[in-house]
Amino acid sequence: MAERRIIDARGSFCPGPLMELIAGMKMANVGEELEVLSSDKGSATDVPEWIKKVGHELLGTREENGVWHIVVKKAK
Amino acid sequence: MRILIIGGGMGGTILANNLARRLTTELKSGKARITMLSASDKHMYQPGLLYLAVGRITPDELYRDQASLLEPGIEFHVDPVTEFHLDKNEVLTRGGKTHAYDVLVIATGSRMVPESIPGLAENCETFYTEETALKMFKRLRAFEGGRVVITVGVPHKCPMAPLEITFMLHDYFKDRGILDKVKLHYTYPIGRTHSLENVAKWATPEFDRLGITYETLFNMKEVDGENKILKSEEGSEVPYDLLIAIPAHKGMEVIEKNGLGQNGWIPTHRHQLNMEGRTNVFVLGDTTNLPISKAGSTAHFEADTLGENIAAMVKMGTPVRDYDGKVFCFIEAGKDRATYAMFNYQNPPDPKAPTKAVHWFKMAYNKLYWVSARGLL
Ligand SMILES: Cc1cc2nc3c(=O)[nH]c(=O)nc-3n(C[C@H](O)[C@H](O)[C@H](O)COP(=O)(O)OP(=O)(O)OC[C@H]3O[C@@H](n4cnc5c(N)ncnc54)[C@H](O)[C@@H]3O)c2cc1C
Repeated sequence: MAERRIIDARGSFCPGPLMELIAGMKMANVGEELEVLSSDKGSATDVPEWIKKVGHELLGTREENGVWHIVVKKAK
Repeated sequence: MRILIIGGGMGGTILANNLARRLTTELKSGKARITMLSASDKHMYQPGLLYLAVGRITPDELYRDQASLLEPGIEFHVDPVTEFHLDKNEVLTRGGKTHAYDVLVIATGSRMVPESIPGLAENCETFYTEETALKMFKRLRAFEGGRVVITVGVPHKCPMAPLEITFMLHDYFKDRGILDKVKLHYTYPIGRTHSLENVAKWATPEFDRLGITYETLFNMKEVDGENKILKSEEGSEVPYDLLIAIPAHKGMEVIEKNGLGQNGWIPTHRHQLNMEGRTNVFVLGDTTNLPISKAGSTAHFEADTLGENIAAMVKMGTPVRDYDGKVFCFIEAGKDRATYAMFNYQNPPDPKAPTKAVHWFKMAYNKLYWVSARGLL
């Protein structure tokens, strides 16, 4: 499996984790997995909300020591 | 120590001046040398473009001669870099010169890429260059009413520009007495009207009060210029008569071409500001891949940290402090009111309600910038 693209958006208030993910998605290839690291708990809801709306795939969400890891797959 | 700075914009200029002042003795004795390579002999105050787009300043007010902003002792050449040979500690320029260095700083900035969205470049107005800002203003002057859509790409420099241009357009049309014929509609990529939650908290009711409509979770996909429709990745369609865009950005082509970072964003250590995997290459301003605002103030605070660190490397062989992610942004809330946001990696901003005083401070800063670029403020 190709290496997962890590988007380290810890401590990002502006533009913020979701914006970082949107930018990261543009650089990724279809089928590629991306893992967003966020220190903002809001990401656990707003990232999945956007993923669903656009039609990408959510692979998982977990919290580790105050950092949310949200794994998604670029679907189109 | 040969310090080579690539880019004479906000970050590069503030850093070069900061270093020149810290290293006066070393520059005189030849222990240190500062060279700057840039792509232009002019320095543009980019935030001024926002005012140019609504006819509040003229283009000449945006520029100073780059050489006039630099401390004596800094060697300055207008000769853009075409190749980076990091393993050999050398860069090659368009003029065919090779510059060797001990410490390299890359501060080449970013640029909009409207061509990344089909139909956008041909059908939108924008203000991220002098030429486009002037064109936008001429279009505004001729506009007699209709649906004005403001749309935002990711990533872009100046996170406040989407809100600022919207409020400024509102006041522009109001001043022309045609506000009743204009419908302003704002779109934004994430689920609120601004990435900063507290900014969105005052901007949204402000939009409601002014009758500005908005759609969030809206990422541009394509523009159908014939039917004047903007389409989003999320599946919605927005009709427009006048489309104002803040297109997505990339770093400079030379960065990507040389394999320093995808889309021109260089992987950068968030505290030390060195390029990942390199101890003598530092990155500053828009071209980093850091998850913070691409803003002049970011470049400024990073330059302050790097100035201290590189000078310390010359004097005692080690950097002395970490960059804490500090950003400070003014936010124009129309033609005569403004607020500001300040934050770092640890602390979120808490912007207050806009006031006239902050607006006038921003107007003063637009002039004071030239002092700031010299590293004096
Ligand atoms: C409309 C607008 C409004 C803005 N408003 C604000 C604001 O209110 N507040 C704020 O903080 N920021 C604002 N900004 C953002 C701010 O201007 C940028 O974030 C800032 O200029 C970034 O600094 P930099 O040094 O990274 O890049 P720049 O200042 O863009 O400088 C890049 C330099 O690199 C040089 N260069 C390019 N290619 C090469 C090469 N190959 N070799 C050598 N040199 C090269 C260029 O000539 C230039 O001198 C605004 C920007 C715009 C466009």
